[in-house]
Amino acid sequence: MRIAGQGRLGDAKSVSFRFDGRQYQGLEGDTLASALLANDIQMMGRSFKYHRPRGALTAGSEEPNALVTIKAGDAREPNMRATVQEIYEGLEAVSQNRFPSLGLDLLSVNDLAAPFFGAGFYYKTFMWPKSFWEKVYEPMIRRAAGLGALSDSADADLYEKAYAFCDLLVIGAGPAGLMAALTAARAGADVILADEDAVMGGRLLAEVEDIDGQPGHDWAAGVVAELEAMENVRLMTRSSVVGAYDQGTYAVLEKVGHHKARRRDVPLECFWRIVAKQAVLAAGAIERPVAFRNNDRPGIMTAGAVRAYLNRWGVAPGKCMTVFANNDDAHRTARDLVQAGVHVAALIDSRHDGPTSDLFPVIRGAQVCNASGRKRLESITLRTAGGEEKIQTDCLAMSGGWNPSVHLTCHQNGRPVWRDDIAGFVPLPGAVTGLHVAGACNGAFSTANCLREGMEAAKTALDALGRKPRSFDLPTAEDGTYRISPLWAVPGKGRAWLDFQNDVTVKDVKQAAVENFRSVEHMKRYTTQGMATDQGKNSNVAALAVLADVTGRGISETGTTTFRPPYSPVAIAAMGAGGAEKGFAPERFTTSHRASVERGAPMIEAGLWYRPSYFPKPGETTWRQSCDREVNMVRQSVGICDVSTLGKIDIQGPDADKLLDFAYTNMFSTLKVGKVRYGLMLREDGYVMDDGTTARMGENHFVMTTTTAAAGQVMQHLEFITQVLRPEWDVRFTSVTEQWAQFAVAGPQSRDLLNGLLDEPIDGESWPFMSCGAVTLMGVQGRLFRISFSGEHAYELAVPARYGDALFRELVARAEALGGGPYGMEALNVLRIEKGLITHSEIHGRTTAFDIGMQGMVSKKKHCLGKPMSEREGLMEADRERMVGLKPIGPVQEIVAGAHLFTKGDPAERVYDQGYVTSVGFSPTLGHMIGLGFLKNGPERMGEQIRLVDHLRGIDAVCEVVDPVFFDVDGGRVRG
Amino acid sequence: MRITCPICGERDRREFYYQGAAMARPSEDAGAEAFHDYVHLRDNPAGVTRDLWYHEGGCGAWIVVERNTLTHEILSTELAEAASLGDAS
Repeated sequence: MRIAGQGRLGDAKSVSFRFDGRQYQGLEGDTLASALLANDIQMMGRSFKYHRPRGALTAGSEEPNALVTIKAGDAREPNMRATVQEIYEGLEAVSQNRFPSLGLDLLSVNDLAAPFFGAGFYYKTFMWPKSFWEKVYEPMIRRAAGLGALSDSADADLYEKAYAFCDLLVIGAGPAGLMAALTAARAGADVILADEDAVMGGRLLAEVEDIDGQPGHDWAAGVVAELEAMENVRLMTRSSVVGAYDQGTYAVLEKVGHHKARRRDVPLECFWRIVAKQAVLAAGAIERPVAFRNNDRPGIMTAGAVRAYLNRWGVAPGKCMTVFANNDDAHRTARDLVQAGVHVAALIDSRHDGPTSDLFPVIRGAQVCNASGRKRLESITLRTAGGEEKIQTDCLAMSGGWNPSVHLTCHQNGRPVWRDDIAGFVPLPGAVTGLHVAGACNGAFSTANCLREGMEAAKTALDALGRKPRSFDLPTAEDGTYRISPLWAVPGKGRAWLDFQNDVTVKDVKQAAVENFRSVEHMKRYTTQGMATDQGKNSNVAALAVLADVTGRGISETGTTTFRPPYSPVAIAAMGAGGAEKGFAPERFTTSHRASVERGAPMIEAGLWYRPSYFPKPGETTWRQSCDREVNMVRQSVGICDVSTLGKIDIQGPDADKLLDFAYTNMFSTLKVGKVRYGLMLREDGYVMDDGTTARMGENHFVMTTTTAAAGQVMQHLEFITQVLRPEWDVRFTSVTEQWAQFAVAGPQSRDLLNGLLDEPIDGESWPFMSCGAVTLMGVQGRLFRISFSGEHAYELAVPARYGDALFRELVARAEALGGGPYGMEALNVLRIEKGLITHSEIHGRTTAFDIGMQGMVSKKKHCLGKPMSEREGLMEADRERMVGLKPIGPVQEIVAGAHLFTKGDPAERVYDQGYVTSVGFSPTLGHMIGLGFLKNGPERMGEQIRLVDHLRGIDAVCEVVDPVFFDVDGGRVRG
Repeated sequence: MRITCPICGERDRREFYYQGAAMARPSEDAGAEAFHDYVHLRDNPAGVTRDLWYHEGGCGAWIVVERNTLTHEILSTELAEAASLGDAS
């Protein structure tokens, strides 16, 4: 219930929201949990395994119990923590993991069957029959044990990524973080202060104490106001630093839209990468529960959470309160409650020497050993030296002490160090380079110590930044000592919860130890301790303390499990922001793109490029009809194809020929100016990397072409050669792929077409096969290469890209006048297979020059990159899978890429595998399917009948092994 | 992770392509064993290592990066052209 005059929301506006279909009122600034508690709703969820009723355990991001689903449809967000979800007008939240309702949950029978559901029960119970696992057991378990459900539709919300750089990143805006930020900001450093909460101040918002004579939260507000006014400070609220990475890189999740009604123009979350020269971790500490029987009842929460609800939100989570603790800190809870006028029935201190009070009854040397009230706490049972007694209470505030939030210091393998005096782990100093730890996360629990450590950490960081701090006095603040006597689990019968989220009890941890899962990492995996959304933030230390106890080791020796990023849950959508669908991937269009689309050509992706698949004509209903026509057109008249996507590298310099001789297997230094040569490139391991033609435009000037797929790789390869291996060579090169539009003009009438277009006509003598040079067409400077990828008399004509669109249209119009036209990738592929020309389907990274029948191209007269390794034993053995042509001869007239080859009569099984098919197409020229493939001893098996099997498509055919060149074997057409 | 390109300055590692150990290429007639070593055999040290990175998303420089595999510390970076990894003969 809300207590008038309490809390720091002031005269906040009333906000209406719905929970499980019912409407409630809260205040602006409430979390869903504080608003529900104000409405006297304790039960907010059901537990993971046993479906036990649960309420909020905490008031922060570590919450294990109060997980809800907010919004609906494609906006649905499961597993949102009610303790951090801010309410807004119209918020819709529903509870999870219950059917049909939170109050009546049929699967709560699991709780009665609990004796069978202990640690490892999945592994032991659902063993047989084996076939039941996938179809019966797993779906059943998944339905019964679970958290919220996804919407099953694509996430329609907007997510963003952002980047920032700063001198100092301060993580956490409690007293230590505020002091660190202030110290650095006043010294002029560029500061980012990030805090997961909507309001900065940390525990100061939840406590009743003074700093410099004013209430702590007012002091915090004053510091925030000063920081906000400084140009060198950026404040990030609702921003969790979730990961610490190398060289000062931090991952930060900013919740931009979770506290407002959905707006499609505002991102829900923004995933930041912040690069900080120095950082201060002031992440605070998380309070841990004490394990006792039924300590998971709704209405039992941490003592610090009760103070937060009372002092920050003005909400008392119960009318008749009790406190159970092993430390002095929790005494504040009873004090604050009494001062707010809430009845405190008793404070039970497990220690004999705890403080006493005039304000409330203190029972020392006692333990709470049981709790009753299924959906809401009704009473607790105390055990003292004198026996057991019951106390009526509707809310128990418990504290087993505080765990410093060491998580980020462990992200780079740093192991935290145990401190007996505070019964907690503190960060290993220097665990993350440049990250200085201050305040409660460093085990400094008094406010005065937090302020002091915050200032000191900032000074250390400033020193590393080479900045001088401006001196100012530390404010005066509470400086009590933190006294604690460890109490992890109250002995006794029944189930005492450690990990509320995963329903792990003290018994489960003991059982793990009995079954010899004694390592903390094994125990975690066997019991599921510390898994799921809360990652055991308030339970891990107690669980390993119990494990240490049963295995007879110290806590320090037992050690912790590994804390990995992210600190708190991050939606995949946030990390992948900008990556959905095409995301930021650029689309590369050729200059003929528009003309191709106008002609109805379906465009297919080739890397980032888009290329026309075929150019349909009226009356054609399948791609094959268009493709066949285009192939025939090239063979009979003339075809036009945009080949601009091939990589073009302009190479110049006195040592350009040396570079080419080194990069290619064959000789280029002997190439005459005005000539083109086909070249083959190897990787250093001796396998083929790429192929293409290179034209010598001048004595020291070459233009290299690469395949479309390997353009970037070849560029990088040439950079490697010239920077790493041969830096002394005088040669420079640059990619000119996008500067030149280049079109293949292919077919018997290609020269006729060009001669109407070029300013100077050409003939067979001036432009023989494999010649190149500068030309002009309509006054435009271009380049002409007489090369062919179709086996026809063909040219490639290049002009500066700005003329590409006009030239393509002109070429196509002229081709059509001659009975030809444009052709696409399908026809291009058939034309090259008919000629046995390779692409990356054949040079796929596992084939050698020998395999593709090009061993003769590896020059014996010179060295080249990859040559020594290509000569290794085994890379030139006859029984390697070597390139052949294939044509169907049986009743099944089909060849498919990916099919495997078997000797006739052999079973189609892996051990009999003889090779595979890489490229196929229907040849309209020959009237049947043709294919290229790799076959053991291939060239020696010409004429053999071979079995081709594709198990996936169910094809079993017989082929004849033939020469890869199916058409015009002597090459008469290309020389035309 | 941040790598300092000698030309561009400190950049996010995602601008770089990782090649592998920075090894000197054997002379061209060193034989198959030497090239086998160059192409395949790696030390995988727990400590200081030197490898080649390519500033693919930047200036295109090949860089020798000296770093510690245990601490992830980047100890130095230099242009590969100054690192004598070639086999000029």
